[in-house]
This record gives sequence, structure tokens and C-alpha cells, in this order.
Amino acid sequence: MTHPSIECVQLTKNFGTFTALSRLDLKLEGAKCVGFLGPNGAGKTTALKMLTDMIFPSSGECFINGINVREERKKALAEAGVLIESPEIYPSLTPRQALEMVCDLRGVPQNLRRDRIEEVLSEVKMQDWVDKRFGKFSKGMKQRINIAAALVHDPGVVILDEPATGLDPRGMAEVRDIVRGLKRRNRLIFMSSHILQEVTDVCDEVALIDKGKLLFYDTLSNVTSKFADGAPTIDVGLSRPLGDESTLKQVEGLTGVTSCVLLEPKRLRLKFKGGPSAQEQLLASLVELKIGVITLSEPESALEEIYLKQISKGD
Amino acid sequence: MGETEEKTKPEPAGSGSHVPGSFQQILKLTRAQFQEYLASRRFVILLGIVAMIGLIITAVVGAFHDRAFLHALVSSPLAFYGSFWGGAASFVIVLSAVFFGGDAIAGEFQNKTGYFLMGLPIRRTTIYVGKYIAALLASICVLFVFFLIILANGVYYFGGDALPWQFGPSLLLSIIYLVAVLSTTFLFSSLFKTSAYGFVLTAILFIIGFSLLQDVVQSILDYQPWMVISYASSAIGGVFGTATDPCTGAVINTINWGLNGIYGIPGGPAARAGCPATGGPREALLSGPTWTPGIAEAVVIMVGYFVITSIVGLLSFEREEFA
Repeated sequence: MTHPSIECVQLTKNFGTFTALSRLDLKLEGAKCVGFLGPNGAGKTTALKMLTDMIFPSSGECFINGINVREERKKALAEAGVLIESPEIYPSLTPRQALEMVCDLRGVPQNLRRDRIEEVLSEVKMQDWVDKRFGKFSKGMKQRINIAAALVHDPGVVILDEPATGLDPRGMAEVRDIVRGLKRRNRLIFMSSHILQEVTDVCDEVALIDKGKLLFYDTLSNVTSKFADGAPTIDVGLSRPLGDESTLKQVEGLTGVTSCVLLEPKRLRLKFKGGPSAQEQLLASLVELKIGVITLSEPESALEEIYLKQISKGD
Repeated sequence: MGETEEKTKPEPAGSGSHVPGSFQQILKLTRAQFQEYLASRRFVILLGIVAMIGLIITAVVGAFHDRAFLHALVSSPLAFYGSFWGGAASFVIVLSAVFFGGDAIAGEFQNKTGYFLMGLPIRRTTIYVGKYIAALLASICVLFVFFLIILANGVYYFGGDALPWQFGPSLLLSIIYLVAVLSTTFLFSSLFKTSAYGFVLTAILFIIGFSLLQDVVQSILDYQPWMVISYASSAIGGVFGTATDPCTGAVINTINWGLNGIYGIPGGPAARAGCPATGGPREALLSGPTWTPGIAEAVVIMVGYFVITSIVGLLSFEREEFA
């Protein structure tokens, strides 16, 4: 099995004198989920649209599984599942009819169709609406069917443009579950998102762009350690309040710890020096202190801090 | 990173899918789009308008057929079908083309339905052609309803045996005209990203614009308006071409099958003014200042419109960005 891949080479898009995307070089390969981050107007959707031949590059090229999208759109998109800009589906169709049309146009074998359609509809929790017309659907329901349509042929490469748009919190969590499921099946997922929590939860790597330029592309853990003041940060959850000032001093004195802040009575934020082995040692030392450590996690706001820092640099 | 990945044995992607050829995709897309048209509100509205036109014709003919101004039109099957089918079919065709073609492409942008199709492994040409054929089939359905209304009237007045053979060529011409008008509306629709622009522009062009242009070219510029598609449409009624000889009172065949249009209208006022001593009967019955197309000429104009507007429309859609 060849590795699924997405590649942008010097991808540039100008709208008149405005450069929406400037010389984007990005190569994604293998089974993983890559989050595509950036503020509004950064060029995320522009890049994804060029990747799917909805708009054309001013210069540069893009490839899906090594196939040039502009030159061989049909072949390139054959193994890709695409969701761009929350499309509308013809209002007189039902989800079953829409997905059958997708299967028809994608050539999903007849004997697999029924099962695939039922499987994806169940994945997006729309199995009870299978024969109702789209005209009556809410935005979130339509988006669920759009996700199902992107996945019904079991693609190797999945390109999602803000898939959680229009979904309620439960729907967002379900999208994350779907993406995790795709990762387990060794698919390559390239997903733009505004929701940093979503990216932290499901993505292995992140690419951040702003004003049409790629700021960085790396694994999530590298990004967090590289950009967060150079020091890794962890949040420590406790089963009981920390107690007095001396206990806090004890924690601060642990090997490798550079700073310690009590965020809440039962939550500490630590910055420390070193890599995974230092983190392992730190966890052991914290447990030895018997302060009631129950969780050790990357802070939810780490990516947000980095995001805001990097974006504001460009202003 | 937070998540411990449970890596399993790689599964092949694609469910064994094999993307069909473009021709197969056109058929599949046409079927889906045709069903969409049939279920749409605009189809019902258009059928209502056509039924209304048919009802008005039925009521007017029923109420006034013995009056002088209508008597000539219902005096023979040829005159009846020529006047009512030939006169109104082109209007029904234009309405259908505007309804189904006016926003066919522009609507894909505005309503965002295009994003659904554009994410699929399908050529833009396939989308364009599939939608075109679906719109053509939907328009033919509407035209057929109008045909049935006229036929019912004709059978009522003249009986089932009196259907003139000219109805066949006229139907064929109306289909060719529909093909041409629809491809022209698709072209205009492909130039816009807003449904209303495509819809309004095509409506104005076909209901007013082309007729006005035809009048300007032939009456003011005194030139044969072969470049105007509405000019070709008069062949739909022209194929029934009969007129009453003003000198002898005999019904004379005035069909011009040729490639050249004729300056004048059969049975026009100038023809009634006097009986020429020489010249064929057809020429004797013609009067200016308008032109009447030959049947072959009309077909060439319609096919020309279809070919040119299809090519330009396809090229335009190929270059259109879903920005």
C-alpha cells in the first residue's frame, strides 16, 4: 500500500494585486491528521480549494497521492474525500439519494453501497434522517451529511475545511471521533480549523499560516516545546487542594522545574527543562511528594498561546 | 499530543471504487439533476404558466372562433396549428429555457451546490453537460404538456385525422430551437455567480432583447436578421406555411425549405394590395418589411447558436473559480 500524500509546491494565489497565498511548500505523507491553522483570511481555504481544483494556482502546483490536481483532477480526487465550504445539497434529495449519487459518480461497487451508506450515516448520527429531504435540515444536519459524503467511498486522503462548522458541541465531539476513527484506519487527514481544542485533541501535526505565508509546520509536541518560551509546559491535576506555600516551594525545587504556578487550588502549571525523560522523572518526583497527583497533561491553552504569539508577530 | 494511537493493520482505502468514465458520469448526473428539476417548485410553476397559456388559447378560441378575426385561424388545421402551436411554442420554449437554464450554472455558485459536486472526481465539462441535458429533458416535458393542450384543441375542432404532417417537422424544429435557446441561457448563466443575474439577463434577452434586435436589424438597418436567434424561431410556425391567395382565394403552400430567407410575410398587406401579373405564387403573397427564414436557414442558425454558445459556455465554466 502506498502512503497517502498531499503536496503543495510553491503554491501561490493572487486575486488581482492581493496575494492570498504565497509560495506554500507543504508535504504531508503517511497516516496522520494535520491541522491547518490560521486566522480568517490567512489563506487556509484558498490552499484547500487549490488542492481540490476549485480555484487555480497563479503559480505552483499541488498533488494528491503524487497526481497533479490541475492536470488530472478526476484521477487526483478519486481517492480523496473532500469537504470545502459547507456545501449545500439539492433540497429535494434525501441523504440516501445524495449519498447514492456520490457513490454513483465515484463508482463505489453496487454490492458495497448499501453497507457503506448505512455505515457513514451511522458514523455521523444521521441514520434516522436517511429518507427525509434536505430542504428541512438544519445547517448542522447538512454538515453531517457533507461529512458522510466525503467519507462514503472510504478515501485514503481526507481534506476537511472546518468540518465542525455549524455543529453543536456534541456534533463537534462526534467529528473528533470520526477523525480519530480515520486515523486508526491509517488515513491522511488534512483539516483546517479555528478550534484549537479540536486540533490539540485529534491532530498529530499542525501547519500555521498567516497572511498567505506558512509560519511553521511540525508535530504538535515539537511546536509546543519549540515555541512556548523554549520550555515545555504541563498542567498537573490534583485530587485535593495543594495546601500551604511550602508545598509549592517543594514542587518548585524539583529537578528541572523552572517555574510553578498555582492556577487553581487543585491545578498547577509547571515549566521544566528537558525532553520526555525529564518529564518522566518529574512525574515520578511529583508522585513521591504525595500531593495527590491524578493527571498530567499539556495545557489546553498552550497551542492558543503559540498561535496568538505567532500571529501577532506578523502584525 | 495527548492521544495514544491504536495503530492497526493498514486497510486499503477506496472500498474498491473505480471512478466511471465521463459518459457514465454524465448519465448519472443527468438523472439526478432531472429528478431535482421535476421535484422543484419552478417546474410546478412553469407547468402552471403553460397550462394557463393553454387555457387562455382554449377559452379564446372556444368563445370567439366564429368571429371574423379568429375565423381564418380556425378555418383549417394548418392555419390552426400554424397560428397557435407555431405562434406560442417559441414563447413556451423561451420560458422553459429561462426557468431551467437561467441560473443553472450561476446557481451552483450562489447556492453552494457546486461545492458538493466539485469535490468529486468529475470533470467540469461533465457537470455542465449533465446539467444541460437534464434542463433540456425538463424543458421537453413542459413543451410536451403544451403540445398536448394544442393537440386536444385541434382534435376537438378538426378531429383526430386532421393532424397535418407539418406538425412533425414543426415539433422537430421546436426541439432544435429549445436546444439552441437552452445552450444560450447556459452560456449567460456561466458568466455569472449570482442566480438573479443569470435569470434576469436571459429573461430580458429572450423575451425582449432578441425581438428588439431583430426589429432594429430588419426594419431600421434594412438587413436580414440571420444573426438573431428569435428570427429563426419563426420557422416553427413557418413550416405550416400556407396563405390564402388574395387574387384567387386559394390556399397556397408557402413553405420555404431553403437556406435563404425571404423578404416579406406570406399574406401580408402589400400582397393583398394587388395581384401581380408575373412571379410565382409564393412571391405574390409576400410583403415587407420583415424577413421570413427558410427552414434550412433557421436550422443552420439554431445549430450555429448551439455550437458557439456551448463551446463558449463550456470554456467559461472550465475557467470559472469557486472562490
